[in-house]
Amino acid sequence: MSDLEAFRTETRDWLDQSCPDSLRGGTGGALAGTWGGRKWKPDNPDQRVWLDRCAERGLTAPTWPTAYGGGGLSKEQAKVLSEEMRALRVPPPLIGFGLTMIGPTLLQYGTEEQKQEHLPPICRGEIRWCQGYSEPGAGSDLAGLQCRAEDRGDHYIINGSKIWTSDADQADWIFALVRTDPQAKKQEGITFLLIDMETPGVTVSPIKLISGSSPFCETHFENVKAWKKNVVFKEHAGWTVAKALLGHERTMVAEAFGSGAGGARRTLADRARSHLPGVQEGQPLPDAVLRSQIARMEMDTQAFGLTMQRSRDAAKAGHQPGAESSIFKVVGTELNQRRQELLLKIAGPQALGWEGAGFAPDELQTTRDWLRSRGNTIEGGTSEVQRNVIAKRVLGLPD
Amino acid sequence: MDLILTEDQELIAKTAADFVAQKSPVARVRALRDQADEVGFSRDLWKEMADLGWVGIPFAEAHGGADLGLAELSVVLEALGRGLAPEPFLSTVLLGGLAIARSGDEALGEAWLPGVVSGEKILSLAYQGPASRYDLNVTGARATQDGDGYLLEGEKIQVLDGHVADAILVTARTSGDEGENDGISLFLVPKDTPGVGIERQIRVDHRNAALLHLSGVHVGSGSLVGPVGGAGSLVADVVDRATIGLCAEMLGGMQQAFDLTLAHLKSREQFEQVIGSFQALKHRAADVFIAIELARSVVMAAARAADDEAADLPRLVSLAKAHCSEAYVHVTNEGVQMFGGVGMTDEYDIGLYMKRARAAELSFGDADHHRARWAALGGY
Repeated sequence: MSDLEAFRTETRDWLDQSCPDSLRGGTGGALAGTWGGRKWKPDNPDQRVWLDRCAERGLTAPTWPTAYGGGGLSKEQAKVLSEEMRALRVPPPLIGFGLTMIGPTLLQYGTEEQKQEHLPPICRGEIRWCQGYSEPGAGSDLAGLQCRAEDRGDHYIINGSKIWTSDADQADWIFALVRTDPQAKKQEGITFLLIDMETPGVTVSPIKLISGSSPFCETHFENVKAWKKNVVFKEHAGWTVAKALLGHERTMVAEAFGSGAGGARRTLADRARSHLPGVQEGQPLPDAVLRSQIARMEMDTQAFGLTMQRSRDAAKAGHQPGAESSIFKVVGTELNQRRQELLLKIAGPQALGWEGAGFAPDELQTTRDWLRSRGNTIEGGTSEVQRNVIAKRVLGLPD
Repeated sequence: MDLILTEDQELIAKTAADFVAQKSPVARVRALRDQADEVGFSRDLWKEMADLGWVGIPFAEAHGGADLGLAELSVVLEALGRGLAPEPFLSTVLLGGLAIARSGDEALGEAWLPGVVSGEKILSLAYQGPASRYDLNVTGARATQDGDGYLLEGEKIQVLDGHVADAILVTARTSGDEGENDGISLFLVPKDTPGVGIERQIRVDHRNAALLHLSGVHVGSGSLVGPVGGAGSLVADVVDRATIGLCAEMLGGMQQAFDLTLAHLKSREQFEQVIGSFQALKHRAADVFIAIELARSVVMAAARAADDEAADLPRLVSLAKAHCSEAYVHVTNEGVQMFGGVGMTDEYDIGLYMKRARAAELSFGDADHHRARWAALGGY
């Protein structure tokens, strides 16, 4: 037996013995799961048990070094771990921006002290992070941000606002872009700073979206004191860090939305059968146009999944990320929007529910998911910005 | 099934790319067309490709082949697709040759495959009856028992390289009705068999093809390829594999068409700036790039599924062909538009790629056909 197969057996046994039964076989959406943090109250006490067991073994952050609370696994081992988790239908013990965004960024740009301070609490699910990038006046033109950080020797005084801070009302720390040099050129006067959300002067107001939920907030800073030891990389060099982190974010978004066809979810054809009059289970769909649209959706989703696989396979073989990775965010999000629109079309009038009588829970969810999906091509770099990036960086087209 | 090239495949890709750059520019194809060349491809280059080992890639070592698969062959076809090379890979290797090899008929294999591998014999597969559209079960030919052999009657269209094939494998119905998969038999018909009429067809993309007329053609029972009345699944499998080969060629073609277009976007000036600086064109160029990246993934996956004899091969073939059909047309339509007026001239190469894209789209089933097949295979 190869080392990898031995690892697989050992991992499978451990997962099988360690994951509480009440958590297994769930079909939550891509972003459902344990986010952790000081304010976290588990719906189910087993979530805490599962988190602690995994954290002890380094499995909340499988590929991070063990010195910072990670599992120290190779990419191949991490792939085996995720395959086994999927096969046993055990949920990820922890999700969130700590693991997917600020953690990898600190591993790349953080000082030893910053890694020691921030990474272990992320791995243990003790600190939940949010992202402070966009501002009311700085969206796609992110480098136009105005949130001001005045130099006071060993610390800064922050004044300004951040918008679209996901779940800021649940978060403990924020990684934020602040302007430390208002005289410099747009991209050159920005610093990447870590700020404790409990610092006096930080206030958070949730924003209600068209979908009715409030996953985003506006975060205000009024004379907030932030220590300079929490600058990541160098003062005024935050744009470099910001771009690296956006790369992590786009990968995360693409992976969250790109796998729409897989898993335990009902197939589009099954959903269609349940909404078309007189169609039995297993029968061909009588509506040729709908059938073709479903096939197109499934096929495009698989083409995208294969492209992500191609990228992972190349990385596993030690190649640099190829040009294909530049398309993930734009393709993944546009696919999800098309999928949500097709689900509406399949449900027909049953997709019109907002709440209350006459609509099944999954029908109501379909409506809300469609509304939420419209943001996918705006957040984390609009599709237009993504296409600009492909044209410039990959295709070499001039400004 | 990793979706990366092995070191050996990288090497084949490099050799093939160099070969196309040095020996098979599009100008060569243009000259064959303009001179109405009788063969329509270069027998010398075909021999060179055989000597390089490419023609023998998917055939057994016993027949002189390399015993490799579509993963390797598609790397070669992608390179040839960049140059629109007309040499008879589809007809001789992927259709006729693979039909014999996969039938398991040793006598026919020994009689024909060494000659195929060495580049001396040209084969084809006549699978399309008139008005059969994409239905392989509409054969357009009937075979009846005739002494110890069979008598073939019928018409076949667009038999690839049929005008120069040494033998054509012909689907014909020995029982049942057109449209049924049962009752299809496959016969190997040498070109000089009495009653065989071959008439060259000129297609919009100048890929070599011919009409095949069968009138009282007697063939012996040894010419049967696969079981009597049961060759339908063999033919479907072979056409699936040929479809992957065509998709690989399409991938190379769309990549080349895009390279030409990008070079134009970076050099053509209007309104005192290069047109590639306009966002309206940048975003469209990005969409073309996306379509090609997805095409590469689906072609690689289908080729590897074929080599692994995977159960979901037909679905992956449909995925590859549906995507490549639309992508190649999209890439070349955008190419002609972005070239502008000169894109409409015969002098510029982009038009040749646009014609090939359409011809490829409408071969072995278009995107709609393959979406319907995908749905049917998925039980809806």
